[in-house]
Amino acid sequence: MSELVPNGSAAAGGRRQDAFGAKGTGDTSGFGGLVAPAPVLGSSERPFGDDDADKVYDALERAFPGLDEAIERVVFDRGELTLYVRREYLLAVGRTLRDDPALRFELLSSQSGADYPDDPTGRRLHSVVHLASLTHRRRIRVEVSVTVEDPVMPSLTSLWPTADWHERETYDFFGIIFEGHHALTRIMMPDDWVGHPQRKDYPLGGIPVEYKGAQVPPPEKRRSYS
Amino acid sequence: MTADTHTPPGAAPYEAGFTEGGANRVYTVTGGDWEQVLGAGEEGAEQIVINMGPQHPSTHGVLRLVLDIEGETVRQTRLVIGYLHTGIEKSCEFRTWTQAVTFLTRADYLSPLFTETAYCLSVERLLGVTDQIPERATVIRVLVMELQRISSHLVGLATSGMELGATTAMIVGFREREKILDLLEMITGLRMNHAYIRPGGLAQDLPDGAERAIREFLVDMPKRIKEYHRLLTGQPIWKNRLIDVNYLDASSCLALGITGPILRSAGLPWDLRKTMPYCGYETYEFDVPTATEADSFARYLVRLEEMGESLKIVEQCLDKLSRLGPGPVMVADKKIAWPAQLSIGSDGMGNSLDHIRKIMGTSMEALIHHFKLVTEGFRVPPGQVYTAVEGPRGELGVHVVSDGGTKPFRVHVRDPSFVNLQAVPAMTEGGQIGDVIVAVASVDPVLGGVDR
Repeated sequence: MSELVPNGSAAAGGRRQDAFGAKGTGDTSGFGGLVAPAPVLGSSERPFGDDDADKVYDALERAFPGLDEAIERVVFDRGELTLYVRREYLLAVGRTLRDDPALRFELLSSQSGADYPDDPTGRRLHSVVHLASLTHRRRIRVEVSVTVEDPVMPSLTSLWPTADWHERETYDFFGIIFEGHHALTRIMMPDDWVGHPQRKDYPLGGIPVEYKGAQVPPPEKRRSYS
Repeated sequence: MTADTHTPPGAAPYEAGFTEGGANRVYTVTGGDWEQVLGAGEEGAEQIVINMGPQHPSTHGVLRLVLDIEGETVRQTRLVIGYLHTGIEKSCEFRTWTQAVTFLTRADYLSPLFTETAYCLSVERLLGVTDQIPERATVIRVLVMELQRISSHLVGLATSGMELGATTAMIVGFREREKILDLLEMITGLRMNHAYIRPGGLAQDLPDGAERAIREFLVDMPKRIKEYHRLLTGQPIWKNRLIDVNYLDASSCLALGITGPILRSAGLPWDLRKTMPYCGYETYEFDVPTATEADSFARYLVRLEEMGESLKIVEQCLDKLSRLGPGPVMVADKKIAWPAQLSIGSDGMGNSLDHIRKIMGTSMEALIHHFKLVTEGFRVPPGQVYTAVEGPRGELGVHVVSDGGTKPFRVHVRDPSFVNLQAVPAMTEGGQIGDVIVAVASVDPVLGGVDR
């Protein structure tokens, strides 16, 4: 199972820090220092062994010539089909997924981000889109990844207007810029916030708090007793 | 302010501008410079911009609306959210898989059991133990969810009534909700923020007397629903305020991602309990109420009818439970199941003293196991899943990613309130300013879930 996930070693990479100051995994057994091998990128073999997933992929192959160029890899895991789409092809693939009679993913259920600092491709920021077809009662996941230096991908608001707030949230939390979005502003954090809080290198509670004129340092900068 | 407003060097083009004023940097407020916004309004004949909320009794919580109005007509509606953002998703990444439930239950505070269930179903799928969840636990999950659906709709009814000036509706809505909160307190120990549903099963079984109390409620509640109909459904003022107001048809709903009672009020019977069943909903008999008017009154009726359907499901749950008889409510796998045995002591609920005595006195292995599982937690194989349940407001999905560790790598809650709020401009623009309140009430957002 582990080869299906682009990143399994955030804990082993030491990026995580417990809120109580424990380093590493937080494992107290003494065996936590064992480093798990970083999983390699994998792609599922076809047929996936699931009727719906095979039908979706066959229909997409029929409706979208040159699919191999547009899709980096396909993962079928735990009954869910994930298409890793190259960002140049996102709108074209999205339009086919929405409009083709055999696919008909009319509803964009959810869109959010995820940050994989150890992604071997270097494209650590992922936009994860969950589509639902009401006609065929199916779901699929579409993932697009970009680098921190060039975090730009097309906006899906022209295909599914509901992506509007989802993309604003992803921009706010991960800093992914959606080209073609009509008003990409922060939605949860204040407008003047610096940084993107749900990236893995952004600490939890990493902001000094001012209380009655005094500054309370963020948790990771306070005195450590361990 | 004399200094120029400028964009910070190297910032994204969407970053807010700021003004250097003395010692402190002053940032521009959301939506541009207020003076410019007001100035734009003066160019038109009678157009003014008014701000409503976030601290306003009719905005259903800390929702802020910026309304561009001309006389009584709304030209543009803009919604500003984020006033209740608490970083629940980020916090989950720093706690164990079990502890994450305690955060997520605080997201949508009117239907926390749904968020808990969606999250736990996701974690169970990642663990691959979905088939091993005891049936008794699944039935109790359905039971408490359906009780909570009624209580959530009651708050929706009560607050809508209050926002429209029908304070009797508020009183009766909260009166019955209190009874459900009493039941949930009896079952879970808390009125809200239950953290009752855990990965692998439940925190504890139904207490003695719960079944009788729920059965009493089942006798009482149908009479109350009739009372709401007598109080509101035929009432001329209620009808005048709600009928043909805030129309949104099914295709607009789909484009805007709207699910739940709003979508069903537009005629599409899309209910995940029927269309993509989970928790064994396919074995229960109930109807999916729909309407075709697609207005606020239709949404009110759909919610009222859903309460009746939930009562049917609760009754079937109780029958199933008595057929199943006593049994475990947590998965048998000792590597996942929470090791503590809870009991009621003189100072409230806590670890069972008998259990402590046993593991401390007789079994070193049990003590180590208990310590490991409670402090470190269990590991979840890497992967990602998205599980959606039908919440009182629509599709409540949870996307969980694991990197193989003892803490979630990423948790994202697709909260229906967040998505459904996007419909408010479509419902209100071109209408009367008074109907904006009706629109927000008919969407019934919970800002805790919107902002997370």
